[in-house]
Amino acid sequence: MTDFDFTYAVILMVVVFAAIMGSVAYLTFAERKISAWVQDRIGPNRVGPWGLLQVAADGLKFFFKEDIIPKHVDRVFYFLAPGIGVATALLAFSIVPFGPSTPAPGPVGVTAEKPLDAAIAQHEADVKSYHEHTIFALAPGLDIGILFAFAIGSLVVYGIILGGWSSNSKYSLLGSLRSSAQIISYEIPLGMSVLGVFLFAGSVNLEKILDYQIHHGWFILYQPLGFLLFIVSVYAECNRLPFDLPEAEQELVGGFHTEYGSMKLGLLLMVDYIHMITTSFFMAIIFFGGWHFPGLSNIDGIGGMVVKFLILGAKVFFFLMLYMIVRWTIPRFKFDQLMALAWQVMIPLAMVNLVSVMIVKEYQLTPWILTVTSIVTFLAAAVISTREKLTVIQRPVNAAHSA
Amino acid sequence: MSLDVVLFTAIASAIAFSALAVVFSRNIVRSALWLLFTLIGVSLLYFLLGAEFVGATQLIVYVGGTMVLVVFGVMLTAQQQFLKIRIRPQEWLVAGILASALFVLLVTTSFHLGEGKNSPPAEPMPGSGPLGVGFLTQYLLPFEIISVHLLVVLIGAAYLARAKRRPGGNRD
Repeated sequence: MTDFDFTYAVILMVVVFAAIMGSVAYLTFAERKISAWVQDRIGPNRVGPWGLLQVAADGLKFFFKEDIIPKHVDRVFYFLAPGIGVATALLAFSIVPFGPSTPAPGPVGVTAEKPLDAAIAQHEADVKSYHEHTIFALAPGLDIGILFAFAIGSLVVYGIILGGWSSNSKYSLLGSLRSSAQIISYEIPLGMSVLGVFLFAGSVNLEKILDYQIHHGWFILYQPLGFLLFIVSVYAECNRLPFDLPEAEQELVGGFHTEYGSMKLGLLLMVDYIHMITTSFFMAIIFFGGWHFPGLSNIDGIGGMVVKFLILGAKVFFFLMLYMIVRWTIPRFKFDQLMALAWQVMIPLAMVNLVSVMIVKEYQLTPWILTVTSIVTFLAAAVISTREKLTVIQRPVNAAHSA
Repeated sequence: MSLDVVLFTAIASAIAFSALAVVFSRNIVRSALWLLFTLIGVSLLYFLLGAEFVGATQLIVYVGGTMVLVVFGVMLTAQQQFLKIRIRPQEWLVAGILASALFVLLVTTSFHLGEGKNSPPAEPMPGSGPLGVGFLTQYLLPFEIISVHLLVVLIGAAYLARAKRRPGGNRD
């Protein structure tokens, strides 16, 4: 696995890093413009044409602010926390095939006419041609695929825990406890929501999942409930509204980053935007067919490559804009509602979804049944949850105080 | 020096540094946090060896699951008298003898491991597919025993953490 082009890898890494950082910067700008648009304001329009250089002004401001380090912090971990956050967020992007891709070669069977040596030789040839074709991913052909992203994603919580604890302040510690409980809870429905997709595609490799969708149709058609659970958990993992309790400036005095300032605060805030980009890619690739679009994917050559890039880019852009618009549409949850949603609604729904996928796979039924079961499950959950809410209101008031 | 050797040196020294920091930290919270970096380093070693599934599992189970609980537990319970660890000389002595014996054993074993093998095996590690098939066919019994064991642990934890009713008190 060491036969890769070092120079190309370094160049690709630098380009991807620059692209992500540039997108993060302009996402903050888009966020301000869209919030202004939603709230009937003008938004940033002073720096540069249409305010486009506002990003540079914001970045420079972060860099030139005085770097205040409170006296009571634990210095080592206080500095490590933003680094861990950004590093893990960037690492998760390494498996994303952000351009045209081909599926990784599968195992080659050993038969009587094809002895072991020939099979190994063929596999190596397959892998070699695959590595020559696949150039638009930092870690192509990683067999565990999205499992790697989940593993790395489980590290993100340490940026929050370390930041909150090392600040040595009550607000920060409480904020970090709240945020890490949220992130750990939503990791479970996040993982379970895509299990149905894995069962269909037979792989956790993103390129293979994409290839399956090219031949069988996008997963949004068969797994609408899975997609809904995925997008909700992803919003919680990214600390976006309606789950932005970690950063509820208005009523919760910030969160784990209360004691941070200057570029260290900038890094902590950047983490969420990097996550938004990565997860938008995941949503586009896992549920919306990645670069595939009916009638536009059979073009060869450079032109086809450009078209594929544009299709994937358009899908990702759509999900990023959805993040922005949802932020200014849905109000924030309370903490108990947040936890109840994860444990009482989303995990059972994900289980029902998984079981129905298993049944369809076992009896080889048409996958369109899943579209119906998804909608029925969702409506049933909606009916049950609204009925439960009535019983909560009817509970005697003093029962809440005796606990 | 190949890239593998450079990466291994970097990761191994990071693991060694954080493992030493676990032992020599006087503050129990810092100790727990350094243990976290040791475990991350070990999972990076797995990735370097091509065992991606084991590496990802190490990250998900130990780093993302177990260590979160340990760090939380230590952070919330580390009060004045528990915050600093005081080690008596006798403890240093016993632990030092045990640790050096283990170290000598590991070093001698690792020198013998490379004998007779000049190059690493050419075959790549099995991916998640063969591993899953293995778990459900050849190693089904150990796999099931472990899952039942985990279930027992879960029930036990729920039992220990239940709301206890005090004798004589009406409060629940």
